[in-house]
Amino acid sequence: MISATDLTLTFGKGTPLENPALRGMSLTVNQGEFVTVIGSNGAGKSTFLNALAGEVLVDSGQIIVDGMDVTRLSTHKRAGQVARVFQDPLAGTCEGLTIEENLALAIKRGQLRGLTSAVKKQYLGQFRDSLSSLKLGLENRLGDKMGLLSGGQRQAVSLLMASLTPSSILLLDEHTAALDPKTAAFVLDLTEKIIDERKLTALMVTHSMKQALEVGSRTVMLHQGQVVFDIAGKDREGMEVKDLLGLFEKQRGLEVDDDSLLLG
Amino acid sequence: MLSEIAFYGALETGLIYGLVAFGIYLSFRVLDFPDLTVDGSFPLGAAVAAVLILAGWNPWFATGMAVLAGMAAGAVTAILNVKLNILNLLASILTMIALYSVNLRIMGRPNLALLTEETVLTPWYDLGLSFHQVPVVLFVIVVLVALILLWRFMKSETGLAMRATGANARMARAQGIATGGMIILGVALSNGLVGLAGALFAQSQGAADVTMGVGVIVIGLASLIGGEAVITPTSVVRALIACVIGAIMYRLAIAFALNADVLGLQAQDLNLITAVLVTLAIVLPGVRSNLTSRFSRNKA
Repeated sequence: MISATDLTLTFGKGTPLENPALRGMSLTVNQGEFVTVIGSNGAGKSTFLNALAGEVLVDSGQIIVDGMDVTRLSTHKRAGQVARVFQDPLAGTCEGLTIEENLALAIKRGQLRGLTSAVKKQYLGQFRDSLSSLKLGLENRLGDKMGLLSGGQRQAVSLLMASLTPSSILLLDEHTAALDPKTAAFVLDLTEKIIDERKLTALMVTHSMKQALEVGSRTVMLHQGQVVFDIAGKDREGMEVKDLLGLFEKQRGLEVDDDSLLLG
Repeated sequence: MLSEIAFYGALETGLIYGLVAFGIYLSFRVLDFPDLTVDGSFPLGAAVAAVLILAGWNPWFATGMAVLAGMAAGAVTAILNVKLNILNLLASILTMIALYSVNLRIMGRPNLALLTEETVLTPWYDLGLSFHQVPVVLFVIVVLVALILLWRFMKSETGLAMRATGANARMARAQGIATGGMIILGVALSNGLVGLAGALFAQSQGAADVTMGVGVIVIGLASLIGGEAVITPTSVVRALIACVIGAIMYRLAIAFALNADVLGLQAQDLNLITAVLVTLAIVLPGVRSNLTSRFSRNKA
């Protein structure tokens, strides 16, 4: 279980560019839940994910992962519990290293690394098995440099790397946004399959409202650094994009009303 | 043509600069950390080894201490960068300039002679090799051992984590790698190798001098870039071999340039030649790819 309570974070505090990215964001994700996160640009989606991963430290609030307070821990100390796939297909892997070396890095995520050989013989069977599940023929290319793969292939391998060792939560930051529609669909299918098979707890940021409703078991919308609505179960079933859009407009309208109250 | 003495001399210094090139490969290539500390850690290694040998230490232990001193210098640079957020290049310049004073303090004066002392080379002179071959044979062994150890390290879990740190720090952090720690370890190792090179250089040349580090970074870079132009570094072991080949090529080129009377070059022109060679080594590959792309565009 992962719970974020009352997170606040302001970039560039005290400067003319002051930007409050998170304003009291709270969200609890239960074991086995697959939450999709939507919101307009600047709503705080990426900042929230970065805060969970430890890439940015929040100004106030608390983040608990499986009963452990990780609020002040840096990224690498949380990596054992938090797995991640980035939006940029080039960001999740090292192009100068081979496929097997990338996987060998991932298999030790969050563990101590020693001086024994990184790519061990006993890993190779596991690497081949998981790569063959991608059906991209990568199981025969373990020694190839990652840079030789296409963006979609690299994103698929990133996903595999994130699920190679157990984690408390898998963070997906618009990980299909930079891919062409066909590849995006393939990576999304793969994501659902992996999350379902391994019963992972996941948080997926997406720009597509349709995707947000079709994938996962719960949808959360962020606006101006806060959760504005959170739907799951029956309420979410049968919901369509226009309903979601209606909810979004309603929320935005309320914001405007608030402002006019303040200014008036 | 080169005399036998000049040839072996070029091999000898080439092998020593091969160790420097290993260090520069670690910092510049693996960690993407432009580290100029080497201009200070090279004479540091020489100074530590010389002082300890003069104090009666076993020369191999003295050389080992020189390696540790180099590692400490590298660690200082990396800590200035990682912990105090000083720009990497500037951090290394600060350490380099500080080391000038440190080296003078260690030696107590600008230079120390080792000509009559027992060095790591002394026992090898009894093996029946010619006087100029001895250092070459010993240094080939040292460089080979360093190459194999470095290669194994780069293939280890920690070594792989270090390579990931330099190639994609964000990804490395997400995999639970303490990237700051990796930078400190890597830059320390790099300067440890340079300290070793300095210690061996002082022993083979018979003296340690506080100014002997000037331009070591440029020579190391020249070796690295030159080697990469000859042997494409598609794997770690090829990159390491390229370092040694590049360093020997560089020294041979310098020896030829200084020995060719027609060119009229003299020893004091060394640094100018080095700078020209490095510039050519950096620019030529670019020119080549530029030309090929222009030709292929014309064809298309």
